[in-house]
Amino acid sequence: MDEREPGARTYLGVPLYRPKVAFFEFTSCEGCQLQVLNKEDTLLDFLSLVEVVNFREAMTEQSDDYEIAFVEGSITRDDDVKRLKKIRKNAKVLVALGSCACFGGVNQLKNRFKDLNFVKTEVYGRHPIDSGPVRTLEEIVKVDLKIYGCPVKKEEVEKIVLHIAIGKSIVFPKYPVCMECKRNENICLFELGEPCLGPVTRAGCDSWCPDNRAGCWGCRGPADDPNLDQMKKIMLEKGFSEETLLDRLECFGGFSSLMKKGNVNEKDL
Amino acid sequence: MIFRIFEKEELKKLFEVFVAHNRVVGAVEAGRDRDDQPVYAFSDVSDYNEIKLDYSITKLPAKRFFLPFKEELATFRIENDNWTKDISYNIDRPLILFGLHPCDINALNKLDKVLLHSVYPMPYYAAKRKNMFIVGMNCVPQPSCFCRSMGTDTALHGFDMFITDLGGRYFVEILTNTAFNFLRHIRTMEPMEEDHILYMKVVEKRKKEFTAQVDTTDLTKILDMEFQSDVWKYWGDRCLACGTCASVCPTCYCYGVEETVDINLKGAKKTKILHSCNLIDFAEVAGGHNFRPERHSRLKYRYYHKHRGFVEAFEESLCVGCGRCGESCLAGITVPEVIESIRADGKE
Ligand code: SF4
Ligand code: SF4
Ligand code: SF4
Ligand code: SF4
Ligand code: SF4
Repeated sequence: MDEREPGARTYLGVPLYRPKVAFFEFTSCEGCQLQVLNKEDTLLDFLSLVEVVNFREAMTEQSDDYEIAFVEGSITRDDDVKRLKKIRKNAKVLVALGSCACFGGVNQLKNRFKDLNFVKTEVYGRHPIDSGPVRTLEEIVKVDLKIYGCPVKKEEVEKIVLHIAIGKSIVFPKYPVCMECKRNENICLFELGEPCLGPVTRAGCDSWCPDNRAGCWGCRGPADDPNLDQMKKIMLEKGFSEETLLDRLECFGGFSSLMKKGNVNEKDL
Repeated sequence: MIFRIFEKEELKKLFEVFVAHNRVVGAVEAGRDRDDQPVYAFSDVSDYNEIKLDYSITKLPAKRFFLPFKEELATFRIENDNWTKDISYNIDRPLILFGLHPCDINALNKLDKVLLHSVYPMPYYAAKRKNMFIVGMNCVPQPSCFCRSMGTDTALHGFDMFITDLGGRYFVEILTNTAFNFLRHIRTMEPMEEDHILYMKVVEKRKKEFTAQVDTTDLTKILDMEFQSDVWKYWGDRCLACGTCASVCPTCYCYGVEETVDINLKGAKKTKILHSCNLIDFAEVAGGHNFRPERHSRLKYRYYHKHRGFVEAFEESLCVGCGRCGESCLAGITVPEVIESIRADGKE
C-alpha cells in the first residue's frame, strides 16, 4: 500500500501506515462490532487510521484484500471453520474481538449439556439447524491478539488500532478488576450484600459493572494467576452458594480451562 | 502551643468562613452497607450539614486529594512535526481537610518525608500539600484500629488546628497563624483549669478504648530472620493479589506512568496511576521478566516495605495502623494477624 496516499495521517510529521482492516462475525450478538461503530465523536478519527474493506454492519462492499482481521463470535458450524481458515489465510494479523471469539462467550454455556440435541430442540424446536458444540477461534486457527469483554470497550479497540498505527506496544492489565473499582471509589459490592467476580477477573473495563452497582460476571476472563480457591471461600463466607459462583464463572467461558484444572469443580449437568 | 475553647454552634460559623474561599473536604455518608451501617467517604462539601463529624472511619483515605489515583502529569499538543507541552499541578484553590483523624494526619507526615522532604520532591504533591489547611478531629477507636501500637494515635504536628470534642464544647489546639486568624472569625475563650481536666479525661477514656494491637518490638530484625518463613506462603495462598490494600492505604504511594496518544493524533498525555506491590504486574520489567511472580513474595515485600525498609530509612514505619487494609481485604488479611503470625513462627 502506498503510505503517502492522500488522506493518510501523520504523527509528529511522520506519515502513518494505514492498514486495511476487515471485520467478520460468527456466532455472536454483533454487539462488539456495534461498540466499534458507537461513540460517533471519535468514529471518523478511528476510520482515518485504517482502511476498512469489510464491515457487514456498516458497509456493503466486500474484499479479501486485508491485513488485519477483527473476528467476532464463536465457531459452531462446519462452514464456520472453512470461513475462519480462509480469513486466517488472508490476514496478517487475526484479532479475536470480544469474549465469544476469545472464550466462546455466553454461547458456550450450551457445551455444558451432555446432550446437545436436547439444547437444539429446546431452542429451535423441530426446525433443522446446523449447530454443533461451541469452539473458540483459537481452537481452530492461530490468534494473534485477543480483545476481551462482553462487549469490548470501544476505547480499548481504539487504543489497540492506534498503537498498531503508530507502532506502540499493546499492554493489557494482568491484575483484577478490584484495582480499577477502588480507583473509581466504589463501595465494594460484597459490602452491599452482592456477589462479584472482580477479585479474579482481568481488569481493563474500568470496573464497568461495579461502577453501576452491579457485581462483575467475569466477562473479560481471568486475571493472571487468579486465586479461585480464595474466591470460592469468600463467596461461601459471604453467604452465597457455590452455584452462584459457578453460574458466574461459567457464564462467558473465560474460566473454563482453569476450572477443569480442578480449582473449582465444574457443575455436573 | 495555644489552646482555645468554643461552643459547638461556632463550628458551623467557622465552616462557613472556610467554604467562602476554599475547597473544603470532609467525611460524608456515601451509602449504607448490607447491615444498614453507614459507609463514610471523604468528599467535597459545601453544606455543613452534610459533614459527619462523628464518622467512625472512611473506607478510602483522603489520599486522592493530594495523591490522586489517576493524575495527568503533562499534556502535549501536536501540530505537524512540532509539539508543545503543558504541565499543571492540578490545583486551583487551597484545600481544607476538615476533620482528619490522627492516623490520617500522621499518614500525611509520613508521605511528606518521601514526597516533599526528599532529594527529589514531587511537585504535583508539593503544590497541593503547600496549599492545604488541616483541621484535625478526635475520634473513637474502632475494633480494627491499631494506631496506638504504631505511635500514630495522636498527631503532634502536620495539622493547623486540632479539635477535641469535650462533650458540651470543643477544645482546640492551634499550631499555625492561619488557624489563629481563622479562629478570630468565631467566638472562642481561654480554657479554664476545669477544661484542661475535662480534656485529660477524654484522652484517658479514648486510650482505654483501643483493642487491636501489634507488637513492633524488634520487628525489623524479626522480619529479617523470618524471611524464609512458610507463614508467608500461608498468607500468599489466601491473597487475591487485588491491590485493594494499597488502594485503601493512606500511606501507599507507588505508581506507574502511562503515555497515551489521542485518537485524532493531535494530542498526547502522561498519566500517573497509583499501583500496588501486590499486583502481578508490579515487579514485571521490560522483556517480561517478573521478579516476584508469586503472590506470597509480593505480599511479603509489602510488609517489608512498610515495617522494615521504611523504618530503616526514616526510623518509623510506613503504617499508621488505621486498619483500612484489613477491613477492605476480602481475604481477611490484616496487619495485626500477619505480624503476629510471623512473630509466633519465630518462637516455635
Ligand atoms: S465490588 Fe467487586 S471489583 Fe469492586 S472491590 Fe468489591 S469485589 Fe472488587
Ligand atoms: S465488571 Fe466484569 S462483567 Fe462487567 S464489564 Fe468488567 S469484566 Fe465484564
Ligand atoms: S492482602 Fe488482601 S487486599 Fe491486599 S492484595 Fe491480598 S487479597 Fe487484596
Ligand atoms: S498498611 Fe493498612 S493499617 Fe497500615 S496504614 Fe496502610 S491501610 Fe492503614
Ligand atoms: S511498595 Fe507496596 S506497601 Fe510500599 S508504598 Fe508501594 S504499594 Fe505501598
